[in-house]
Amino acid sequence: MIYDDLNIIFPEIFLSVYAMVALLGVVYTSKDELAKRVTWVTAFIFILVAFLIIFSEEKTEIAFGGMFINDAFSRFSKIIILLSAAVVLVMGQEYMSRRGFLRFEYPLIVTLSVVGMMVMVSAGDLMSLYMGLELQSLALYVIAAFKKDSVKSTEAGLKYFVLGALSSGLLLYGSALVYGYSGTTLFSGILSNVSTDAPSLGLLFGLALVIAGLAFKVSAVPFHMWTPDVYEGAPTPVTAFFATVPKMAAICLFIRVMYDAFGNIINDWQQIIALLSILSMFLGAFAAIGQTDLKRLLAYSSIAHMGYALIGLAAGTEFGVQSVLEYMTIYITMNIGVFAIVMSMQQDGQSVTEIASLKMISETDPGKAIALVILLFSLAGIPPMLGFFAKFEVLRAAINAELVYLAVLGVLASVIGAFYYLRIVYFIYFGEMPETPLDDAKSPILRTIWTASAAIMIFGIVSLLGVEQMAKAAAFSLLN
Amino acid sequence: MEQIILFSPLIGAVIGGFFWKSIGEKAAIYLTIVLLFASCFLSWIVFLSHGLATEKITLFRWIVSGNLSADWSIRLDRLTSIMLVVVTSVSALVHLYSVGYMAHDENWQDDERYKARFFAYLSFFTFAMLMLVTSDNLVQMFFGWEGVGVASYLLIGFYYKKQSANAAAIKAFVVNRVGDFGFALGIFALFMVTGSINFDDIFVAAPKLAETTLTFLWTDWNAANLIAILLFIGAMGKSAQLFLHTWLPDAMEGPTPVSALIHAATMVTAGVFLVCRMSPLMEYAPAALGFITIIGAFTAFVAATIGLVQNDIKRVIAYSTMSQLGYMFVAAGVGAYSVAMFHLFTHAFFKAMLFLGAGSVIHAMHHEQDMRNYGGLRKKIPYTFWAMMIGTLAITGVGIPLTHVGFAGFLSKDAVIESAWAGTNAGFAFWTLVIAALFTSFYSWRLMLMTFFGQPKSDSHAYSHAKESPMVMLIPLGLLGLGAILSGMIWYSSFFGKDYQVANFFGIESEYQQTLPKTKEENIVEKNNEKLEDALPPQGAIYMSPENHVLHDAHYAPIWVKISPFIAMLLGLLMALWFYVWDKKKPSEWASTLDPLYRFLLNKWYFDEIYEILFVSRAKVIGRIFWKKGDGGIIDGSINGIAMSLVPLVTRISTRFQSGYIFSYALAMVLGILLLLTWMIFAVGVK
Repeated sequence: MIYDDLNIIFPEIFLSVYAMVALLGVVYTSKDELAKRVTWVTAFIFILVAFLIIFSEEKTEIAFGGMFINDAFSRFSKIIILLSAAVVLVMGQEYMSRRGFLRFEYPLIVTLSVVGMMVMVSAGDLMSLYMGLELQSLALYVIAAFKKDSVKSTEAGLKYFVLGALSSGLLLYGSALVYGYSGTTLFSGILSNVSTDAPSLGLLFGLALVIAGLAFKVSAVPFHMWTPDVYEGAPTPVTAFFATVPKMAAICLFIRVMYDAFGNIINDWQQIIALLSILSMFLGAFAAIGQTDLKRLLAYSSIAHMGYALIGLAAGTEFGVQSVLEYMTIYITMNIGVFAIVMSMQQDGQSVTEIASLKMISETDPGKAIALVILLFSLAGIPPMLGFFAKFEVLRAAINAELVYLAVLGVLASVIGAFYYLRIVYFIYFGEMPETPLDDAKSPILRTIWTASAAIMIFGIVSLLGVEQMAKAAAFSLLN
Repeated sequence: MEQIILFSPLIGAVIGGFFWKSIGEKAAIYLTIVLLFASCFLSWIVFLSHGLATEKITLFRWIVSGNLSADWSIRLDRLTSIMLVVVTSVSALVHLYSVGYMAHDENWQDDERYKARFFAYLSFFTFAMLMLVTSDNLVQMFFGWEGVGVASYLLIGFYYKKQSANAAAIKAFVVNRVGDFGFALGIFALFMVTGSINFDDIFVAAPKLAETTLTFLWTDWNAANLIAILLFIGAMGKSAQLFLHTWLPDAMEGPTPVSALIHAATMVTAGVFLVCRMSPLMEYAPAALGFITIIGAFTAFVAATIGLVQNDIKRVIAYSTMSQLGYMFVAAGVGAYSVAMFHLFTHAFFKAMLFLGAGSVIHAMHHEQDMRNYGGLRKKIPYTFWAMMIGTLAITGVGIPLTHVGFAGFLSKDAVIESAWAGTNAGFAFWTLVIAALFTSFYSWRLMLMTFFGQPKSDSHAYSHAKESPMVMLIPLGLLGLGAILSGMIWYSSFFGKDYQVANFFGIESEYQQTLPKTKEENIVEKNNEKLEDALPPQGAIYMSPENHVLHDAHYAPIWVKISPFIAMLLGLLMALWFYVWDKKKPSEWASTLDPLYRFLLNKWYFDEIYEILFVSRAKVIGRIFWKKGDGGIIDGSINGIAMSLVPLVTRISTRFQSGYIFSYALAMVLGILLLLTWMIFAVGVK
């Protein structure tokens, strides 16, 4: 009955209602003066909903005739999405309010985008997939251009919007083809209607276009071109958001579609995903070397990391899915830490993002320097940091799936990629003292966040703080 | 208790080495000394109270991998307890002695702190050595074996500012690598054949090994012989036997207490210990035993000849050590393991004593080591003189012939020579050892005469300032002196007495012992071994097969055999007196008439030079090829090529596409889609 269906999507409804009520409420009261408080409340509500999901019953439920799936996989993704969104919000509000562009809409738009992501990871139908995807994308286009008086920010929003529209078109075209050749938009229907041995070319074209559309969202090469420009142009808190939360949602949606709808023809998409993964890893590694701006560098870094995550997807096994989920969780944790540090960088009150400005912060702020070094080592995948184990797991998944070449290329790319992370480490400890060193950012929130993130990179190796078990259960629920 | 013996040196090493800055240098030193003496005290209790049964104390599980399993455990039997006493006693005394010896070292500036490091190394060495002797399997033994190697390296190179010390340290390490390679091969072979590295399993399997054939280096070998020889190659390296001995004289670059502890009393005897420990295997490897005997005899002889003409006081003693190690191997080689252990035991006392005495002389003479510059020191340093005298009496084997009264070396060396006579039917090894005994006597007395008698030869400054060492150095000399005098007489019957006495001492199962009820441990061992065809490892610390009567026969040697070492000693003494007291021109006369021989000996049989041509220079050539061509050219070249040209190129290309224009981004996406679609077409086409 409809009541049961609504019950299942209660978290999404709750967040949507909250967003609208808060919007109306604040518009008719004191507007931006409440912005800070609204942000905190939103973050609090995210955490609340996350706990609601954590303590909800562990079973697989479907709503609206299969369009919406609530299983361990979607719950895992939602928890990560909500918690990381909450942290990113808290981390950004201070930065934005100090620079005077924190508006009360910001947390509410983020809320809507989070609702979109939650729909994405629970999608059981091409239509609900598109609905969730567009809801989150539209919200993201807006916050990319959130700093209205900045040319770069506006440009970033526009670029993102135009290219996003193109990718949505591709996705829709692919969905139409899939619908045409399988006769249904339900994932479960596609799965049963697609012939395992010889799928028709039309369906495969549809599949390729869907993959292209999703690859745009995870910024896999060659659909990545927007990423560096948008990351650089968008305000840093927004970049931090882009680099973390939507990536989780997009990868999980990617996994969901590939297994739930096309799980019978793994051989047909495995090679494509592997190709995207290789291209992403290598382009991410090579292009990042040439960067002088930390945000652009992190953009390429995230492209490369998505390449590694796609290795796990390409493996086409349950362990592969588990490894991707672990990878993404670790990736988000370390990126939050790095962005906390990026936000704290300022010279004479102006925020800076040049890599060179990090020179010798080991002298001015040794605590931050050590945290950053740990995070960079982790990003580069150097043991015993957690980032190493993230890579190790996806490579293991590839080897178990007999994709040895993919694992070898992954290791090669990570060797090349290590260079640009280590170059930053070099600047931190062995560079020359710059004329104007970075200011002492007095932000206890940011300091707490990056310290915690760095600490997790070291102490998290103890069974990934329980994430491993959850990811395992999530992968199990998806494939069985 | 055994755990305390084992780990208190380690604790001393860790605290002294890493935390001396926080507790102070003095405190660190005294801590290591106190811990070592505690360990020594307990070792003596174990030695004197230990029963007959082999005890095993498992500390923790170490390696389990496939069917390889090794525990970290203590195997406590007579061999172990002998070694415990030797190692901890000498080590404790050397620790104490070092307080005086290392007090003011000219190799260091005033503001440099080196003492805590020295004591930490010494304690670490002791720990590794104890690990070696208490091991219950070959891998743990190998751990200790390498551990003492590391400690030896660190201590030889202790004066790391001296070029020669560094070179000697590296030489010791590299030469030992050759032996260790043989040892490791032996362990591998044993594991391959028996599927275990635990002593008990190996000993049970030993009779079968003698009937197994192994192919190694394209040749068929008897497994027992092959393995025994490989293990002995390890022993040759560590115990400086001929062909792998070149590192030992150079090792004298280390501080003298180190020479006494590591390069005389303990580490270098590890090889002898290994052969005795593996006696149940050796008994089934007659060819290997023959090989050991010959190598041992040659070593004893060659080292003694070189010792005749050396002028550096420490080198004379070093060659003497090497020669005495040869004696021990001969004893082990003819199957008289208890005799080998006997000589090891007594040798530890008098050789440590000689080294510490030499250290005292060097200390008094302001680090002058050339004996030609000594002379007449008897009155200047009387205590040292008497200590050295006891040591010399012991090593040359002074005693009352045909009785069991004499200095330690008299009893043990005679035992070795009688065993050699019995084991080889008065063959080559026996005669070599007798001649070596003559040489031993000559160079030992030569050392005494040149150092303590005659006129002072050095410039009057060093001589006139020579003064007796402090008490902290003399007390260890005194205690070792007791050992050098008494240890032979006290334990003669245990090591080389009647058959039943020896059996009793080593816990060997004999008619005498079979009446004893079995202990609980033995029952457990028995149960564990039921699957191995109910076979039991031989009882006791050493094993002598029923056909092995060497020990028994040695007692019935003719009188001329028994007094031959004594006569050799007298001849050597007379020669030394003739050369260095009665007719002082004789040495230079002989040197000039026998010039080629003299130079041959002075240059140590040209071993170093031959190795330089055969191995070192070639290894350098190969190394240079790998370094310049392989590493520099290929590896660095390719990496630099990629890093300097390819990577920047790809980076430039990939960033060029990032033009900032939306249309070029859209183009990239469209091209990407084309790529995917093409892929799909081909993928379907292939199907």
